[in-house]
Amino acid sequence: MTVSRKQVHLAAHFPGVNNTTVWSDPRSGSQIDFESFRHLARTAERGRFDFFFLAEGLRLRELKGRIHDLDVVGRPESLTVLAALSAVTERLGLAGTINVTFNEPYELARRLASLDHLSGGRAAWNVVTTSDAFTGENFRRGGYLDPADRYLRAAEFVELARELWDSWRPDALAADQEGGRFVRHGGIGDVRHRGPQFDVEGRFTLPRSPQGHPVIIQAGDSDEGREFAAATADVIFSRHGTLEEGRAFYADVKRRLAGYGRAPDSLKIMPGVTYALGDTEEEAAENAAEIRRQQVSPQTAIAFLEQVWGRDMSGYDTDGPLPDVDPVVGGGLSQGRVPVKDPLAVAAKWRALAAEKKLSIRELVIEVTGRQSFIGTPQSVAARIDEFVTTDAADGFILVPHLTPGGLDDFVAKVVPILQERGVFRTEYTGTTLRDHLGLETPGRTS
Amino acid sequence: MTALHLAVALDGAGWHPAAWREPTARPGDLFTAAHWAKLVGEAERGLLDFVTLEDALSLQSSRQDGPDDRLDQVRGRFDAVLLAAALAPLTSRIGLVPTATTTHTEPFHVAMGIATLDHVSGGRAGWRAQISPRPSEARHFGRREFPGPAPGPLDDLLAEAGDAVEVARRLWDSWEDDAEIRDVATGRFIDRDKLHYIDFDGRWFGVKGPSITPRPPQGQPPVTVLAHERAPYELAARVADVVYVTPHDAGQARAVVEEIRGIPREGTPLKIFADVLVFLDGEPGRAAARKARLDELDRAELVSDAAVFTGTPDELAELLLDWQRAGIEGFRLRPGAVPHDLKAITRGVVPALCRRGAFRREYEAATLRGLLGLPHPANRHAKVTTS
Repeated sequence: MTVSRKQVHLAAHFPGVNNTTVWSDPRSGSQIDFESFRHLARTAERGRFDFFFLAEGLRLRELKGRIHDLDVVGRPESLTVLAALSAVTERLGLAGTINVTFNEPYELARRLASLDHLSGGRAAWNVVTTSDAFTGENFRRGGYLDPADRYLRAAEFVELARELWDSWRPDALAADQEGGRFVRHGGIGDVRHRGPQFDVEGRFTLPRSPQGHPVIIQAGDSDEGREFAAATADVIFSRHGTLEEGRAFYADVKRRLAGYGRAPDSLKIMPGVTYALGDTEEEAAENAAEIRRQQVSPQTAIAFLEQVWGRDMSGYDTDGPLPDVDPVVGGGLSQGRVPVKDPLAVAAKWRALAAEKKLSIRELVIEVTGRQSFIGTPQSVAARIDEFVTTDAADGFILVPHLTPGGLDDFVAKVVPILQERGVFRTEYTGTTLRDHLGLETPGRTS
Repeated sequence: MTALHLAVALDGAGWHPAAWREPTARPGDLFTAAHWAKLVGEAERGLLDFVTLEDALSLQSSRQDGPDDRLDQVRGRFDAVLLAAALAPLTSRIGLVPTATTTHTEPFHVAMGIATLDHVSGGRAGWRAQISPRPSEARHFGRREFPGPAPGPLDDLLAEAGDAVEVARRLWDSWEDDAEIRDVATGRFIDRDKLHYIDFDGRWFGVKGPSITPRPPQGQPPVTVLAHERAPYELAARVADVVYVTPHDAGQARAVVEEIRGIPREGTPLKIFADVLVFLDGEPGRAAARKARLDELDRAELVSDAAVFTGTPDELAELLLDWQRAGIEGFRLRPGAVPHDLKAITRGVVPALCRRGAFRREYEAATLRGLLGLPHPANRHAKVTTS
């Protein structure tokens, strides 16, 4: 009898609006045509992935007071494109990132429940919050939220959404033509929610959806974020690091679950990872380096520099050395992304590194802005993924391809079969809902 | 003869509250994508211009001021924009026009949703913009007090709806069509001079822009509005492409058309559609008997804002042509029960209109604007080039 091994979970991130996504490659297709989404989602489903993932950005990023034009710009509304994908996929989970600051629980809960019904139980929601007034300028409510209240609003938002999802009894729909009962007596409950963030009362507009509650994802590594995830989430989209860092994070988060009466496997930890493959390790390393060069164009290198230096650096030659001038602290050139915390320290560190390795500006930016998480042959990448999962540094990964729409093709063709041969990844879907794929309980299911 | 435009309005099991009890109804399937796919597929086989999908931010009710406790009528609805998106890949020519409320929603999200629907459908999206005066609906959001049970300040809600449509239109134009350049030499993905802030600052909300979604394939997806009186007629004339009106006979139709045509409007003339709730059977008298049976099941005679028609497909075709002579350019038919009355439209009324030379025999355009005879709109920011 074979001992069953801990299984890997995989998700596919649609290439986003940052410089991970390479648009200059001849193979790079549209970031907005539905065909691109269909291709990537179907590839993920062919690979028996758990889910497909869309990020969010509710205002175009800016640098130096102008729209940032060096990366991909433009994206569809997430839930709308996921609903369309529900028609061209059958089992793949469909996850959208949706901000709780610029949405209202009643409306969002019904959109998510709609997606869950339309997809037959495949909806997931990556809950994010922001307090940023820059994004708020596109919304009624503006950026009013005190940063300290972000997770309070998020927690109460999800709590209220769950009250709404739970408000129809599982058997509320009678649809009894003979007896003339569409709805069973007492089937639809009243929701009354009074809290510091929301004051909502009424009845929900949809029957309980196939998953009961769409899968909740939380992204973020802060202490507050971890606690929120332990209390609320089904999946954490975390930052990828070393095996040791992964194990520490994993142990910390799983330990917190007990405080909420939850079992360790009720929350899946899935770091976001990039990858580069090759037939040999050398070829993989060359491919990885080439992708990095594509990701950091000379103009992108300057833009990264400007975010640290807080001033116009467009006059510098990116094949030349780092400038002698010091950063302007509080330059605030960048909007719509996380600001650099200590520019002077970062600049000092970059200078030391550039001097030590004799790096040009562009080479330095390539060096410091992150290489691929997994680089190697399909065999070695599969082994590495297995190792992370087997040793409890992760439950699986959210793969971030660098090309739209074909960026997942080689992974699914080459790496997935090896994971399957190793007995750590499904060869067929065994369930129909995303909760089934993730091995999560379905709230309210009695059997 | 000018061809008519024909749309169907889909809602639940049909527009009669007891429609779900018809033998051909499948009430247990209402909350599946497959049910809706069949209906829209049927409408597309009938070469209809578009379907509308009803929606509201509250549960259906026989009362104006909150939920009722009736168990014998259909309750529950999908978010219509998402339902339309799920139907888009399963259809290829028919327009998809979901209802989205302007009163409590974020105009930015609604505009992105419709733009995305236009992208995923290859240019077949529209929007039925709707206000919500109900206090019970406001309580689902808990941030706005409406003195109820009477409807809220209607003029304000209509003005707010006008602002929401204006914001959507500006956002849809905030990317010029050729904004994406992918210029490797300069490292630029877009030409940011072709992206525009909209800087809308109104009484109810402000929106900075630009859109996060590139310009939809149609440029401006058609905006439609249901209107029963002067104030919403004016809103439609100001911001919409299509207005649905509810005359009960040809005389009223003529009067409504005259009133709307008298309202000043810029640009392409407003398309005036009439709504008619229909029960159709080939055999004379049968449709009326069916409606009577449904009324009996519902323990009330059907009440509707729109005219209620019972008769044969040929009789309905004659009525539509009669109203067309009064100035109505298209119809949004509300099937009393689906799939029965929908099939009677696509397999009875459509052929009857074709025989009279009043309806298309094949789809003549790939976009909803094309089917409606609306030109592809130039972007308001595009520089006029002269040769």
